Amino acid sequence: MQLTYLEAIRQGIWEEMERDPDVFMLGEDIGVYGGAFKLTAGMLDHFGERRVIDTPISESAIVGAAIGAGLMGLRPVAEMQFADFITCGYDQIVNFAAKCRYRWGAAVPIVIRAPSGGGIHGGPFHSQNPEAWFTHTPGLKVVAPSSAIDAKGLIKSAIRDNDPVLYFEHKALYRRIKEDVPEGDFTVPIGKAAVVHAGTDVSIITYGAMVHVAREAAETLEREGISIEIVDLRTLAPLDEDTVLASVRKTSKVLLLHEDVLTGGIGGELAARISEKAFEYLDGPIVRVTAPDTPVPYSPPLEEAFLPNAAKVAERARFLAHY
Amino acid sequence: MSAPVLVRSDKGVDQNRELALQFLRYMATMRDVEDRIERKLYRQGKIVGGVYVGRGQEAIPVGVGLTAEPDDVLCPSHRDLALFLIRGVHPRQIFAQYMGRVGGLTRGRDGNMHMGDMNRRIISIISAMAASVPVAAGAALALKYKGSRNIAYCFFGDGATSRGDWHEGLNLAAVQKLPVVYVCNNNQYAYSTPLSKQMACANVIDRAPGYGIPAEMVDGNDVFAVHKAARRAAEHARGGNGPYLIECKTFRMTGHSAHDAADYVPAGMREKWTGKDPITRLEKKMIDKAWAGQDEIERMREEISQELDAAVEWAEKSPYPDAAELLDNVYDHS
Repeated sequence: MQLTYLEAIRQGIWEEMERDPDVFMLGEDIGVYGGAFKLTAGMLDHFGERRVIDTPISESAIVGAAIGAGLMGLRPVAEMQFADFITCGYDQIVNFAAKCRYRWGAAVPIVIRAPSGGGIHGGPFHSQNPEAWFTHTPGLKVVAPSSAIDAKGLIKSAIRDNDPVLYFEHKALYRRIKEDVPEGDFTVPIGKAAVVHAGTDVSIITYGAMVHVAREAAETLEREGISIEIVDLRTLAPLDEDTVLASVRKTSKVLLLHEDVLTGGIGGELAARISEKAFEYLDGPIVRVTAPDTPVPYSPPLEEAFLPNAAKVAERARFLAHY
Repeated sequence: MSAPVLVRSDKGVDQNRELALQFLRYMATMRDVEDRIERKLYRQGKIVGGVYVGRGQEAIPVGVGLTAEPDDVLCPSHRDLALFLIRGVHPRQIFAQYMGRVGGLTRGRDGNMHMGDMNRRIISIISAMAASVPVAAGAALALKYKGSRNIAYCFFGDGATSRGDWHEGLNLAAVQKLPVVYVCNNNQYAYSTPLSKQMACANVIDRAPGYGIPAEMVDGNDVFAVHKAARRAAEHARGGNGPYLIECKTFRMTGHSAHDAADYVPAGMREKWTGKDPITRLEKKMIDKAWAGQDEIERMREEISQELDAAVEWAEKSPYPDAAELLDNVYDHS
């Protein structure tokens, strides 16, 4: 069935709620209104108020309540209306949810959905990519699908996982991506990256919306005779080092691409691991293409300059290919 | 591991006498455990981290805790040691916890009262105390979701009521009519900060009407009064009427932690509260009402002391965790 990225997420949650009576949702405006992006449209009517809970504007309470319910064995799916607002629930995520298992052996099987990313003229508070704040916290799992298939498969895995999972869904992909998604039950494993485009000259390692930017750049470059391999990380914590290193060993040239800002982004961590574990395979410097270290600006020319795009990626990949 | 026998079962006697003996045993055990922790093991260097005790506040976890049914959820603060005893955690596990040994509830992963056990339905506190407030709401949501008659109890200090998630949690619990009893131990100091710099209203319960939550204030050093208030609160929550807030007025008879001399407390204040000591008061009442003689009370204290001697010995023999365990259990590998 042809599904958008947004519909795939909805279908994934829907099927899990049908499958497991312990799965429920809570968040702001998710019930009557169907969510700020209409992702949860129709779910209140189908599942009722008990399982689709409209909450006050209280991110800390949303996450905290999800933790309490999760400790009791339920499987809550909490929605942050925008990933930018996740800061308001930060302590609950990094100090409560992330540390229960390690400290006292208690499982916190919760999912926190966070619509993230720019390119929608959302400005500084509706466009951020805060995933790296959480990949830095042991105990959390962090996923960021790029396709409708992965969006569905990963939300199902996240709901079934016994650890807290942060699910970053890119807003710019919600209705832009439409593809054939297999009917019925399937999952995409957490912790597994995928080579989504095979090539030989340069590896682009990326995730989320930037996978599509990488594909666009690869098309251009391949017309110039430069063969690109694209690794879609899919999971940012724990990282699938094996798939990344295998691609590095194959191409010997690495471009790390993310929409998050440069400093402290996941690219820095990947660069360190690649230089530690595959240094002798490298035939050039590790290159990063990311947003600059600024807040996300609103005005179109500024936002366009802020976001990585295919031209910027192609330019740096060319540099690498000819190095 | 078997729970200590803390409850006597002399049948056919005055119910208040029964209850008083039960109160006293838990309160005196808590006091003795914490005295050993703070005044012996910590000073001997056998406890290397923070020590936060509830001296003078024992009536609160005991009075409230004994209203809980076995499947009710407890979210203790760090001054509610007796809640663990009530749920059958052995004092030796608590000593081992403080000393970072594998016999503690967290196997050395965390220290002091930062421990929990979902098999006993105790949710561990984190240092930012108010974080438990929405978590307790979520536990109560799960109970309601499952159609259970059980409720959650959440304990915190006056300082926690200044935190955002305290307000968010109470509000969510109220809006969703969740079965939670919120228990504030208002010991008048949040570390060194007095209540007057913590909030402009006179009492913590003054905050409750803003959330549409019924609340009552109680003498936190009178275990019978605390117990009665907690029963009303539990009945309210269990009856499907939503959360209830109890403010137990008390005083922290120590520093914030063992390293804190608390010289910011005005002269005479601690002495004044020494006269209101909840254990002394309970004992006096028991003697006045002829529920127990001095000799019986002495005997109980001696029994507790002997049990704790053995518990400390056990804990000291419990090994430290092997450093090879460091990386275990960050994630589920079942």
